[in-house]
Amino acid sequence: MTLISATQRLDPWRWLGLPSLICIAATVVFATPVKIFGLQAPEPVFPIALAFAWAVIRPSVLAPFALLALGLFLDVFWGGPVGLWPLSLLAAYATIVSVRRVLSGLGWWGLGAWYLVAAAVAMGAGLTVTVLTASNAPSLIGIGWQYLASLALFPFAHRLIQRFEDADVRFR
Amino acid sequence: MSLRDGPFQDIRIPLTWTAAIALIVAAVIGVAILLGDRRGTVQAQAFGATRSVADSLARPAGEALSAPVRWTGDAVDYVEGYFFAVSENRRLHAQIRALEQSRDQAVALTNENGRLRAILGLRTEPPIPMVAAHVISDSRGPFANSRLADAGREKGVAVGNPVMSEHGLVGRVVGVAEGVSRVLMVTDVASRTPVMIDRTGARAILTGDGGPSPKLAYLRGMDPVKVGDRVLTSGDGGVLPRGLPVGTVVTGLGGDWRVRLDADDGPIDFVRILEFTDFSQLASQPALNQAEPPPLSRAEQAELAARLAAAEARPTPPAASGARPAAAPKSPSSAPTLAAEKPTGAKPSGAKPAPAAKPKAAKPPPAIAP
Repeated sequence: MTLISATQRLDPWRWLGLPSLICIAATVVFATPVKIFGLQAPEPVFPIALAFAWAVIRPSVLAPFALLALGLFLDVFWGGPVGLWPLSLLAAYATIVSVRRVLSGLGWWGLGAWYLVAAAVAMGAGLTVTVLTASNAPSLIGIGWQYLASLALFPFAHRLIQRFEDADVRFR
Repeated sequence: MSLRDGPFQDIRIPLTWTAAIALIVAAVIGVAILLGDRRGTVQAQAFGATRSVADSLARPAGEALSAPVRWTGDAVDYVEGYFFAVSENRRLHAQIRALEQSRDQAVALTNENGRLRAILGLRTEPPIPMVAAHVISDSRGPFANSRLADAGREKGVAVGNPVMSEHGLVGRVVGVAEGVSRVLMVTDVASRTPVMIDRTGARAILTGDGGPSPKLAYLRGMDPVKVGDRVLTSGDGGVLPRGLPVGTVVTGLGGDWRVRLDADDGPIDFVRILEFTDFSQLASQPALNQAEPPPLSRAEQAELAARLAAAEARPTPPAASGARPAAAPKSPSSAPTLAAEKPTGAKPSGAKPAPAAKPKAAKPPPAIAP
């Protein structure tokens, strides 16, 4: 794996732009109507992995707005209430940013545990926003399935962290 | 000398604070957008230009991705048809026998239905035109259940149109663009569908929660429902026509009443969009009241004169009895008379009475003739 050395500049396009485009493409692909043996494909929330990884890599001015844009894309593409996923992703990002110092030096399992927390915060925020806007609680079983599908994205978040966490010496 | 050298090299607070401010600003924008969103209404403008443009952009990608899936499904069906031809043939023979009985019953019922409608003078809704469409994108999460169908404004699709699969109701159109329309599924957490229980006629609101089986809310009456009851659209509110198949009643994990959707019996790759319009809501009551009544034929004039003479000759009931004014006797011979008196008020149960049924007070009786 190619790691960014401390002398290289942390290009926003590389750690924010390209992962965002990959998430958008993956979301579009997973929205294909496929039903195999009566079962539908899972619908993970790909940007949750970015919300976690970006918060671990370094605090940033651009990352919240990138998450805002990704959340708006999810809402418009999935046909949900516009504003639901921006707030959910930002809630997860804010949670991880606020405990960044605790996360420094953690290994795969430690980061994985915090990823569980970040995904739970995002889902909890989505549940709260939905209850407030639709006056109706969504199915907890459905939320559980989407939560599990989103947890499967942790390896991608971990890879992104490994690739960029040492890129800015001020935030090691 | 850059700012990172010298006394500024250890400064981290400004960037952290700037990042925190950016986070707050982004959250405020998100809240503002959320408060301005009006999803789930049947108003066309609620969908917004942004969503229309996004759906139009998503259309080519969805078509490109869903086409191979459809081809694969067709290929699998072809191979299955080849290998399971014998069992399929037996199943179809049994189905034909059952359908022949149903056909005979349907012919008899259609004939009887037509005669009863003629006797009662019912006005029925015209046939509903339909548009077939492919589903090209599918969101199935707990917070949003919607699909994109590749038929839009150019085919006459409008916001509010009901959408069905080959088995039952799927949802309704909440957004239309050129070549594509957004379908809100009945399972969506924002979906509310007026339904009725076929066995008892009890009304309820089918409320989605993002799961596969939406809830039956606001059920009325004593024991209005039991497991296995058929659920149909009630037509209340005029958004959906009456009688579309929805599903079967089941009990949820919490003991609440839910509906297993008929649409789940097969893949929803094709849908039918019903271009339904509630004609009773389209009628303009002032225009109807201003219109001149159609001319009467000689036979109708003679019948009307006879009825008026009979009504004048009839003794007036005592005022103290509190009874209603004398009604026409309910005998078979009086059926045409009843039909002539109430030509528009006797729609099928559940349907709204047409506004034309209310005549102007000063008009003579011919004004209420059909």
